[in-house]
Amino acid sequence: MSIVLTAGDVLEPKAFTVTRADLVAYADASGDHNPIHQDEEVARSVGLPGVIAHGMYTLALVGRAVADWTDGAEVVDLGAKFTSPVVVPAEGGAEVVVAGTVKSIADGMATLALEVTCEGQKVLGMPKAVVKHAGA
Amino acid sequence: MPVDPSLVGRDFPAPASLTVTPERVGAFAQAVGHPGDDVPPTFPIVLAFDAMMAFLDSEQIDLHRIVHGEQRFAYARPLVVGDELSATLTVSGLRQIGGADIIATTSEIADATGAVVCTGKATLVHSSGSDA
Repeated sequence: MSIVLTAGDVLEPKAFTVTRADLVAYADASGDHNPIHQDEEVARSVGLPGVIAHGMYTLALVGRAVADWTDGAEVVDLGAKFTSPVVVPAEGGAEVVVAGTVKSIADGMATLALEVTCEGQKVLGMPKAVVKHAGA
Repeated sequence: MPVDPSLVGRDFPAPASLTVTPERVGAFAQAVGHPGDDVPPTFPIVLAFDAMMAFLDSEQIDLHRIVHGEQRFAYARPLVVGDELSATLTVSGLRQIGGADIIATTSEIADATGAVVCTGKATLVHSSGSDA
């Protein structure tokens, strides 16, 4: 791997715009056709503020940022709590920002500390990514 | 209607295995904008979702009443094109908070040899509601 990570490195934040069309494409590719990700009325009927992104779509964006930062390093652990919904408006989109730092490098693994926000609010709780990483 | 507490410990296999094809991976990678041509790390959700649907169908739980509360994956190895994957979901815990069922699940995703390649732990939040 060409990218060398060092504990304490601040990784360049990645911003992604999430649209309703993205959610339709993700539903088709993943098989998750839960209507709360498509239909305003259904989403509101179960107490949501509107159509929300699949939590797994947001987590996939984290995976994408990690792949960019690490030049596609092998992922060993990836996960988060979906603490606040990413509400996706019918027009335009919601901006999700994935920020990270290298928390530690040990035993051939790099652990990344992440902060994932939408419109300035944290949307993931305890997000975590661990990748294989040679070096000290 | 709250979820039946006797579910804890029960297994729900996905109804079919999934062959990891370039087409399937390509469609998923495109949908999430994954760079590179490896299998995106969240791809195993496809199988875990099938197993979850087997669970929801069995218990007659409406998908639209489920919100994903947490998801964590641990990978024994990267998935590769050509893998034939199967998944089994186990209900590992159940509690009620404020009218919602918090369902903890573990899904083991195995390759054709039976080796577990990825373990997914998910929390599903079920709001039973009153308008059903």
